[in-house]
Amino acid sequence: MKLVARLEQSAPIPLAADIACDSGELLALVGPSGSGKSTILRCLAGLHRPAGGSVRCGDETWFDAVRGVEVTPQRRRVGFVFQHYALFPHLSALANVMLALQHLPAPERAAKARHWLARSKLEGLEDRRPAELSGGQQQRVAIARALAREPQVLLLDEPFSAVDQVTRRKLLRQLIEMRRSLAIPIILVTHDLEEAALLADRMTVLHHGYTLQTAPPDELLARPASVLVARLTDQPNIFFGKVIEQSPATDTTLIDWLGKPLQACYHAGPVVGDRVCWVVPEAGVILVRDHQAERENTFTATVSERLAWRGHATVSARLGEGQGRDATLSFAIGTAVAQRRGIVSGARIVLQLQKAAICLTAGDRTSGSQFGH
Amino acid sequence: MTEVSSVTAAIAVIDWQALSLSLQLASATALLLLPLAIWLARLLAWSQFRHQGALEAAILLPLVLPPTVLGYYLLLGFGGASPLGQAYHALTGRALVFSFDGLLAASLVFNLPFAVQPMQRSFAAIPREVREAAWVSGLSRWQTFLRIELPLAWPGIAAALALTFAHTLGEFGVVLMVGGSLPGETKTIAIAIYDQAQAFNDSAAAGMSALLLALSFVAVLLVTRLGRSVLRR
Repeated sequence: MKLVARLEQSAPIPLAADIACDSGELLALVGPSGSGKSTILRCLAGLHRPAGGSVRCGDETWFDAVRGVEVTPQRRRVGFVFQHYALFPHLSALANVMLALQHLPAPERAAKARHWLARSKLEGLEDRRPAELSGGQQQRVAIARALAREPQVLLLDEPFSAVDQVTRRKLLRQLIEMRRSLAIPIILVTHDLEEAALLADRMTVLHHGYTLQTAPPDELLARPASVLVARLTDQPNIFFGKVIEQSPATDTTLIDWLGKPLQACYHAGPVVGDRVCWVVPEAGVILVRDHQAERENTFTATVSERLAWRGHATVSARLGEGQGRDATLSFAIGTAVAQRRGIVSGARIVLQLQKAAICLTAGDRTSGSQFGH
Repeated sequence: MTEVSSVTAAIAVIDWQALSLSLQLASATALLLLPLAIWLARLLAWSQFRHQGALEAAILLPLVLPPTVLGYYLLLGFGGASPLGQAYHALTGRALVFSFDGLLAASLVFNLPFAVQPMQRSFAAIPREVREAAWVSGLSRWQTFLRIELPLAWPGIAAALALTFAHTLGEFGVVLMVGGSLPGETKTIAIAIYDQAQAFNDSAAAGMSALLLALSFVAVLLVTRLGRSVLRR
């Protein structure tokens, strides 16, 4: 079972999105507010009709604008967990789940609903109404109701946005456990990149309804397809430089950055003289000792900020001598290491930018050419 | 002995025929208006269409128009010379003005805002996602209406029924314009009270006014209680 969709429309929210999700795969749709994430889910569920495109699930066509096919939400067998759960407020948890069991004979529904509530660890709460449940319990009822439908696709619309941080961690763990037993495509909409990276097999970055890039989370962060993707995925180290040498033989693309040569692995595409955008993930910036300063891509920097949280510190350091030839790099280290190495504001440090971690990327997708010749 | 005689006297002054007519009119109006008002309320609560504002204004109009003005236009619209009056006569052989049927038709019009407004607010308060959750759970539109929308909108529907019922019992101006005061046909309790007051028959006017007050209060109380208990169930 694979869900494949192409969605097009110009209003009310522009869409030009390609979505593909395999059985057992969790695809996260990420992007800023108004990027069309929730509209895409609604299109997949049949709650919104796009102007063009198609939605196919396995052998079934749920929507095809050209052929005039439009299957109703009732007949799509979609499990949908809404952002604020959309539980039926006048019904108990049990009755909420029972309503999603219309495909079963009436006498079997209560037992089956109890089974789904038990799977969501909600035994003993069957008779409670949504208002009598905590946020986390409401979310679990919503998931139980979505799964009770025995769906062909599970759609989760920001399911963790309405709960506190502690509950969120618990629910995340439960979702990770639960998804192992689900052999259906799962699509998660979130604006939380960490949540997406934690749960998703692949991530799709959306902007103004366009799908900019789809890749596994690590790859997406290491190899953003464009500067826009890098910005939308909150990459802190995005810079511009000029290509000064292309050497496939030594697997090197040499960039002039802040007046110094910077080695990246060979990137086909740009030619000598091109202005390029390059990114390096925080993990690709390493704190080295002074005597190792002869290594490639080492820069002396001054610590400008250190933010510590739960044993991890995010450090910002200033490079260069001003006059437009300076930049701020961000990297992460353990707080214990930061303490030991005296990483405090104003400290002088040496940083190495790992050659393999540097990624040359295209400019804005609207800029026309991929690299600025 | 004195108490029994005063109760008997109070009962004797009540125009039972007018009261029965009023109750029939109020019940028929509430029942007939129920499906129409639900349809209109859902349409106005959830849809966006051209001339929506004009439709809403037209529905609210009886609330602000003097009853005599509304009654006058209804009299014109229902009269023997009007297309509606002629069609009704051709169909039933009866006139629409100065008849119970005409009174009922007028009652449906002047009660529209009382029925539609509370229902519209109730339906608008149901989040779109809740209805959508019902659809993706496999419930048809009709099942969603019966099992989700109706129970959630019930307090508004109950309030609408109570208001319509009580308002019909008490309506005077429109009833007088469209129905006149034909005993057994169009003479409602409100008109009977007016007649008695005009004839300086104070005990009859007072007795019937007290009865109307009690009836209206009980009707509103019953229906709102019912609304709450259905929601709590």
